[in-house]
Amino acid sequence: MSDSCASPLCVLDDDRDLGLSDYEGARARWCPGCGDHSVLTAVEKLLVSEQLRPEQTVFVSGIGCSSRFPHYLKTYGFHGIHGRALPVATGIKLHRPDLTVFVVMGDGDCTSIGAAHWIHAIRYNMPMTVLMLDNSIYGLTKKQSSPTTPRGTSTNTHPAGALLAPLNPLATTLGTTNVSFVAQTAEWVPAHLYATLRAARRHNGFAFVRVLQRCPIFMPGLYDAAVKNPTLVEMLVHDDGVLVPELEKIYTKRVAHDPSNLLEAQRLAADTGTMRLGLFFRDESRPTYDVLRRPAPRTAQERIELLNAELDKHAV
Amino acid sequence: MDASTLLHEPPKALSPRAQRVREHTVEIVSDPGEGAQKCGQIFGAVSARMGNGVWTVEIIPAEIQPPPRIPEGASGNRIRVGAGPVTNWGDETNLVLAFNEQVLLGRHRVGALAPDAIVLLESFWETHEDPDIRGAYAAAITELSSRSYGIIPVPIERECLTLVDNPRKGKNMFALGMLACIYGRDMGRIEEQIAYTFRKKSEAVFRTNMDLLRLGHQWAEQHLDFRFEIPPQPSAQRMVVMNGNEAIGMGALAAGMELCAMYPITPATSVSHYLAEVMERFGGILHQAEDEIAAAGVAIGASYAGKVAFTVTSGPGLALKTEFLGLAAMTEIPLVVVDVQRGGPSTGLPTKVEQSDLLASLFAQPGDAPRVVIAPATIEECFHVMITARRIAETLRCVVIVLSDANLATGVQPFPRPLPAAEWHAAPVDLGPVAPGQKPYDWDPRTGVSQRIVPGRLGGAHTVTGLSHDEQSKVAYSAGVHQRGSTMRSRKLAVLQQTLKPAPIHGPDVGELLLVGWGSTKGAIEEAVDRARALGLSVSSAHLSFLSPMHPGLREMFDRFERVMTVEINYSDDPGDPFITPENRRRGQLAWLLRASTLVDVDCWTRVPGEPLRPGAILDAIRATLARGAA
Repeated sequence: MSDSCASPLCVLDDDRDLGLSDYEGARARWCPGCGDHSVLTAVEKLLVSEQLRPEQTVFVSGIGCSSRFPHYLKTYGFHGIHGRALPVATGIKLHRPDLTVFVVMGDGDCTSIGAAHWIHAIRYNMPMTVLMLDNSIYGLTKKQSSPTTPRGTSTNTHPAGALLAPLNPLATTLGTTNVSFVAQTAEWVPAHLYATLRAARRHNGFAFVRVLQRCPIFMPGLYDAAVKNPTLVEMLVHDDGVLVPELEKIYTKRVAHDPSNLLEAQRLAADTGTMRLGLFFRDESRPTYDVLRRPAPRTAQERIELLNAELDKHAV
Repeated sequence: MDASTLLHEPPKALSPRAQRVREHTVEIVSDPGEGAQKCGQIFGAVSARMGNGVWTVEIIPAEIQPPPRIPEGASGNRIRVGAGPVTNWGDETNLVLAFNEQVLLGRHRVGALAPDAIVLLESFWETHEDPDIRGAYAAAITELSSRSYGIIPVPIERECLTLVDNPRKGKNMFALGMLACIYGRDMGRIEEQIAYTFRKKSEAVFRTNMDLLRLGHQWAEQHLDFRFEIPPQPSAQRMVVMNGNEAIGMGALAAGMELCAMYPITPATSVSHYLAEVMERFGGILHQAEDEIAAAGVAIGASYAGKVAFTVTSGPGLALKTEFLGLAAMTEIPLVVVDVQRGGPSTGLPTKVEQSDLLASLFAQPGDAPRVVIAPATIEECFHVMITARRIAETLRCVVIVLSDANLATGVQPFPRPLPAAEWHAAPVDLGPVAPGQKPYDWDPRTGVSQRIVPGRLGGAHTVTGLSHDEQSKVAYSAGVHQRGSTMRSRKLAVLQQTLKPAPIHGPDVGELLLVGWGSTKGAIEEAVDRARALGLSVSSAHLSFLSPMHPGLREMFDRFERVMTVEINYSDDPGDPFITPENRRRGQLAWLLRASTLVDVDCWTRVPGEPLRPGAILDAIRATLARGAA
């Protein structure tokens, strides 16, 4: 029972059959209609289907509506400070590679106050599943502009409308050295959401998933057109991508995209005229920092001997 | 030393006069990059290995590459060598070896040199082809003649040219040879030290350095008519010699720490340089994070998931880490933070010593986040404090801040060799199942202490949160929960305080004046007290290792003295300054704390000179204070 699994892709190696009740935490307190509920549902489904052991799984979050996420699960959770989920997750994974780490951030958390950590975490490429729940607004503090707020949106900090074109999280991620997994999905397409999270979970590296998410209170209607009219959404499809056969009849606008093609992924991400869901890029051959850094373990006795040798070098 | 007789015509054949001294302070200064620091370091290390007491201080210009030949560019080392133990850098330099007259002027102008100091000065510039340089040299000699230095011109460059094409890379070994001759240093040990220093360079580099060393030694033998003998007192104990930052790095390894997350910042960075070389061999990770904030976050994440990790920084970095330190306090994740203090605020004096982060260490965060603050006073304590800090952080699930400073960071001093022990290490992380009913914060109401549950333990899953929470780590929605959590987190410090010993008193425990210090000033304060007592003055001193919580019994200790005064390297208003009254006077940082916690009218004498305090200056302050009291 207590033998821990060394692989970051570890699945159940004991005989427990884990069900939904093994993962469900406190009742979620997000607003009715909030997209976070469906992300939580998809994550719970993923935990069951992957049979991830709750005690070997850590959800790390920052601050914001979406960062309440760990409280609603029965795994280990770390609800930290605004913008800083990624350094905490990095420390956990560096020290304990046996743990499966998920990171849940909002758009402000990830792309504004935590932007420096975001860029560098991509480059570290530590194995973790990273969800950026993007509702294009600050919800917890009640409707201030976020970096992804569309230009012209009236917010409490920009009543006359957000001044600048929104930051493009996909393009930024895909433009960062050592990027290894970038996908976009939407919470109102649960099958695609689940399939994307599963692909991310199984990726050996920093798997960045931008989840387009509705905020019915502060950004009502933002995605109404796309929700009501699936033909406004373009699905990226490929045998190596995220395939959801049951959606083929609804999402008829489909484009073949080989996720090993970084330049094409960057081109697709930069074109913000069309909403695209799917796997933009995946390359499992990219080096991961935790493996580059992982030292050979030492016993206490070995360390004492090494320290004695160090002291001898400084002996008078 | 009579400068005029030596200035132009060094004697050819000598029968040197050897003078036995209890101690001597030596400086070697050059433009940056000319190797004066390496020369000084080797001289200090060899003196320590021979059994002399040693304290070295780096002389560092503020810029990495200032223009050559300017007084502000002086770079090098100051080494105080004694027959017995040396606990601080002393007052003034007795002998200085300067590679040009401008860096010498820099030392002269800051009053670093004794009025009768012997000055060995590179003579190359006196006859330089550039008339401006010749003029500057002559002007400098005139300025220096205001004091009775014994100036001895030395043709270092000319001599080195007989062996190498570029004397800029090797003059320092010639200089080292001269010092070795003057002070009778063991050439075999110097050779060993040079071999170690240049271990990454080629055999040819080593041989050239050795040739230059011997040439310098020979030159001094033939041209200098004085020698100083500082009798070594080899210790029966096995000793080690290192600087404070190396001691902190080694102490962290001795404490079994497996992860150090940092971001480069002077003067803390050399801790990570040391760990970068060795930590991986110990099965640990030295992680250079993207910024100071992330360094704290990575250390907290690692501590949360296993053994206590640490981060090392200086003042500006401590400021940036503030929010994370609050999170660690709230979530009770053990963490050790080393702050190698420098002059502040803002970028301040990056390479110079100051003790200005004390109040920030205790109070710099919104809300109440109790932290343990410990200050090592010696290089030896820099080693052992890491073991203590790790243990306290782990036992109490709290943040421990270790306040070192630039003086300790680069100061080199021998100390008894530690004997590493298994009990210094963090215990292996318990990954067994959690006992039924055990809560994430099972606070013992008597102590505030609870057992932490690291991820991986069956039956222990919970979410830690920076939000106020109850024993179950459930978010608090009532005032009572926050009150209780705050009380439990605070109680741990009170419990720790009950286990501390009273601070020892240097000198009698009753008298007219008690000096109180903390951190790297201990040696200078105690030397000043000893000198004052030799003059018949009634003064003692106490040095505090624990600043939060503080040692017990301070009030009773203070009551036995007529006056109590802190001595610190931080800013305070002088009572005589314009507009300053007892009410508006801003005091030394320890003085604030002591006044608040003891209600004693604690005075302070503080300075921010950008260098360690000199015992002579503290002695003057003692005299002035006692004279004021008598008036």
